Amino acid sequence: MSIQSNSAAGSQTGIHAGIRATIQASDQPLGRDDLARLVARDIAPGSFVNLGIGQPTLVSNYLAPEQNITLHTENGMLGMGPEATGDQIDGDLINAGKIPVTELPGASYFHHADSFAIMRGGHLDICVLGAFQVSATGDLANWHTGAPDAIPAVGGAMDLATGAKDVFVMMTLLTRDGASKLVEACTYPLTGIGCVTRVYTDKAVFLTGPDGVQVRETFGCTLEELQDMVPVPLRAANVDAS
Amino acid sequence: MLNFIDTVGEAVAGIKDGSTVMIGGFGNAGQPFELIDALLDGGATDLTVVNNNAGQGDQGLALLIKEGRVKKMICSFPRQSDSWHFDAKYRAGEVELELVPQGNLAERIRAAGAGIGGFFTPTGYGTMLAEGKETRYLDGKWQVFETPIHADVALIKALTADGKGNLVYRKTARNFGPIMAAAAKHTIVQVSEIVPTGSLDPETIVTPGIYVNSIVRIDSSGAAAAGKTEQVA
Repeated sequence: MSIQSNSAAGSQTGIHAGIRATIQASDQPLGRDDLARLVARDIAPGSFVNLGIGQPTLVSNYLAPEQNITLHTENGMLGMGPEATGDQIDGDLINAGKIPVTELPGASYFHHADSFAIMRGGHLDICVLGAFQVSATGDLANWHTGAPDAIPAVGGAMDLATGAKDVFVMMTLLTRDGASKLVEACTYPLTGIGCVTRVYTDKAVFLTGPDGVQVRETFGCTLEELQDMVPVPLRAANVDAS
Repeated sequence: MLNFIDTVGEAVAGIKDGSTVMIGGFGNAGQPFELIDALLDGGATDLTVVNNNAGQGDQGLALLIKEGRVKKMICSFPRQSDSWHFDAKYRAGEVELELVPQGNLAERIRAAGAGIGGFFTPTGYGTMLAEGKETRYLDGKWQVFETPIHADVALIKALTADGKGNLVYRKTARNFGPIMAAAAKHTIVQVSEIVPTGSLDPETIVTPGIYVNSIVRIDSSGAAAAGKTEQVA
């Protein structure tokens, strides 16, 4: 599998509305781990990153030491290490998903207002979140289905979506019923407006922003086949394929 | 006025019906279980509780909710795989929920402790959690006005206190402790050790004793061993 990594990771600067064909980077849809590997590769060296609960957490398995990425967890830590096992498990050292984790050399602890100031003050380079839906202009819906019997829970999602410099979403492109989660306008309650910059899915990587949706690469489908699945206009991104 | 108190029962005895009580902890990390148990035994009811979550499993805050002592939860993340007591009370309409984005929760608590009357933040703008709130276009962004959250009492857990009430925490169990200590009129802390004044390095103190009113020592509190016995979901 050959995956083109965008050299401008962490920012959409330099990505123009190109007319070149989208790279078909793989002849099959990506599995969860391949997608996590791709996101990890796209994170610029030295970045400060927050990985959301669920699928985004997988990204940490594929960050290379030489990338020198520092992971932030909302409950008050920079320099979070891998999940704890065996004797490492310590109830006082957990991540946002309440899973026991470890600390790396150079880690720091701080209280909750400082932890969220790190997000809200624009200090995080990237956060990676799951989503129910993303709109063509980067609106995010990921916290509440809006169902009458659902108990809403938002956690830090709105702060992350609004505060991080870049918001990457990881999700399957289609629901179980085959509906696109990339939509013209979100029908689920919003988490943030115009905040998502990239959407990593099993079928393609999308760049979202005020000018609409560009496709950076596809997996197991052509741009035309992708367009048939997605109800928003798509165009190929002019990626740096060097 | 700082008091060192022998038992958790005495520590929480002054909490009245109808109080707003901040409870530290993120999930089980930093949750002052012994103080919550004492509050449960003490009988205070009609409480408004401020916590990140709404209780987990069959312990601590979850039991306070189960026993119908909480009329309102102010929190960011009530729904968890083991939040069955909250879920049942909420679905039965027996507990009110004010759902707050976690950063707004932290900053509103911080604002109360710092004497700030409110603040504007972009978090939540355009979402249902900002409905009905004042908005302004500031610094190139739409922002939402948020107000401070004050409390009558804070129950928190720290690792170590000295004779002046200065506190040091342990790892991610720090979470809401420092800001809740500042936001409440009366702050009650459970610690695992009390050390002589002067033995904590002033450079490493996280919560200065000015924010602390009552301290009670709990043997197992805050220790790594305690963490190992509390299975985290």
